[in-house]
Amino acid sequence: MAEPEPQSRTRYWRRNLLYVELLLVVWFVVSFGCGILFVDELDRWRLGGFKLGFWFAQQGSIYVFVAIIFVYVLLMNRLDRRYGVDEREGEGGDR
Amino acid sequence: MSVEAWTFVMVGLSFALYIGVAIWSRAHSTGEFYIAGGKVPPLVNGMATAADWMSAASFISMAGLISFMGRDGSVYLMGWTGGYVLLALLLAPYLRKFGKYTVPDFVGDRYYSQYARVVAVICALFVSFTYVAGQMRGVGIVFSRFLNVEVEIGVVIGMGIVLFYAVLGGMRGITYTQVAQYCVLIFAYLLPAIFISLMMTGYAIPQLGFGSTMTDGAGGFLLDRLDGLSRDLGFGEYTSGSKSRWDVFCITAALMVGTAGLPHVIVRFFTVPKVRAARISAGWALVFIAILYTTAPSVAAFARTNLLTTIADQPYDSVPAWFRNWESTDLIRFEDRNGDGLIQYSGDPLVNELTIDRDIMVLANPEIADLPNWIVGLVAAGGLAAALSTAAGLLLVISTSVAHDLLKKGLKPDISERQELLVARIAAAVAVVIAGYFGINPPGFVAEVVAFAFGLAAATVFPALFMGIFSRRMNQEGAVAGMIAGLLFTAGYITFFKFIRPELNDADHWLGGISPEGIGALGMVLNMGVAWGVAMVTPPPPDKIQALVEDIRIPRGAGESHEVSA
Repeated sequence: MAEPEPQSRTRYWRRNLLYVELLLVVWFVVSFGCGILFVDELDRWRLGGFKLGFWFAQQGSIYVFVAIIFVYVLLMNRLDRRYGVDEREGEGGDR
Repeated sequence: MSVEAWTFVMVGLSFALYIGVAIWSRAHSTGEFYIAGGKVPPLVNGMATAADWMSAASFISMAGLISFMGRDGSVYLMGWTGGYVLLALLLAPYLRKFGKYTVPDFVGDRYYSQYARVVAVICALFVSFTYVAGQMRGVGIVFSRFLNVEVEIGVVIGMGIVLFYAVLGGMRGITYTQVAQYCVLIFAYLLPAIFISLMMTGYAIPQLGFGSTMTDGAGGFLLDRLDGLSRDLGFGEYTSGSKSRWDVFCITAALMVGTAGLPHVIVRFFTVPKVRAARISAGWALVFIAILYTTAPSVAAFARTNLLTTIADQPYDSVPAWFRNWESTDLIRFEDRNGDGLIQYSGDPLVNELTIDRDIMVLANPEIADLPNWIVGLVAAGGLAAALSTAAGLLLVISTSVAHDLLKKGLKPDISERQELLVARIAAAVAVVIAGYFGINPPGFVAEVVAFAFGLAAATVFPALFMGIFSRRMNQEGAVAGMIAGLLFTAGYITFFKFIRPELNDADHWLGGISPEGIGALGMVLNMGVAWGVAMVTPPPPDKIQALVEDIRIPRGAGESHEVSA
């Protein structure tokens, strides 16, 4: 298979950056936003026995972090295939 | 069988397991020694990364720390997990595509500069030594508390075990031992947590028990009860913070970015076969870490509530048995100052009669929940697993830095692979001895140097890697100037407030209200600012380097771009 065209490479990279930016916004909002900056405001609501802000700070943000990485993996693997830059079978390995 | 006998059995069995795994998986080439031949499956790598990352501090101290800090303890929870998002999205896949063995490899090649490589090596060595001393100390403490062995002998035994499998097995041996260690440590952490959660809330899952009502019939949510009790005793509400938002923000940022810049974590992503594997293995690593990190705050709240309901203001004569057991270790001290026979526990130092070491929150858990003796032994084995797995990962970074980055890529490029492997093993052995020395004679500032390690990783390693991947224009002048600016600023700030003028270490004197723990965040911004400014007025990097940056941005071709066993 031929190497990807430079133009398509640029488009691939732009899309990659877009995904990363969107996911980092989520990362920032759940941790720095909900868990730190607006924690007292969120504490007015409750989630069972938790104040909501406290829950984000000690539980929720961590669950969202895990979800962010798996969403990123799914998006990037799909993007790699669409632009034909995914790793071929047998690539990598022995070093 | 007694607690001590069970502890010997559990620790002995776990050590036998690690040695067995190490013999089965020993390394034969430098490639296997440094990065396990690049053949570690993503799930296995995720588990090894989790064990690598979770140290004696995570296992023994973190829950206790949160227990006493309440909501302010979130800085550790978010800081030490959120960094994996940065690692997965911004660094791991690209560094894996680049190939090679180490962080200084990338910094040196990308910035076509020996200076940059040397700065990266210094940071890697400094961070790793800081950390490994703490782990050896942790090993000694577990031995002395559970087995009544002198701290010194405990450290020497720990050194012997790590020496054996790190020197023999290299990264390959370490990886598979870490998998075994993860299983031991997570089992040892969860079992008491589950039973305490059942005991206090009726839920088997601590994360759910954390947010539910208590079973003692008094009604009300556990956290509301805890808030009320804390308020009454003068400690301030558990679910509210006392640090300023801005400082919490900066500390969390510094810990997150520092986590993503720690060499012993990054190097784990060089060991997987593909870019795709690097991405997913960061996800698995965080899953395995999150299991412990979401349990820890639950344990913290349970332990705190238990302490305030069963100990505070109770007659000393009727305290539970665990209290007396741990009094003998000096981790709990009660002094009946007003002679009324009651234990006054209070946020007011004039009234307070109880001193508690925070480590007890995890170590005494099995006894508080009335669990059988073998579980106590298991917790000891878990603490050792956490300390040893982290120590081994760090020792490997140290030995790689010396043998590969300093010797092969610096002073003596013509040494053969066999010589390089020998040097790597000797360096690992020397590093173990130095770490053991600091474990036995800990410098009085172990806690302070942790702020140092994260601050430096955040202010030097992370920005250099990040800009090297996301900016084609970043050149050697910019990167080196940025790293030096970040290094001097962060190290200077921490040294000033921790060592030179510790009496000034309060919010009124801090720059912009940022504590030394959080200054790495500002160091990172400074690094990037200086790097960008310098890069703009100096020539762009050569075409070859720009092509390299283009190349690491696409996954195809990983594993083809470099020699088989350099």
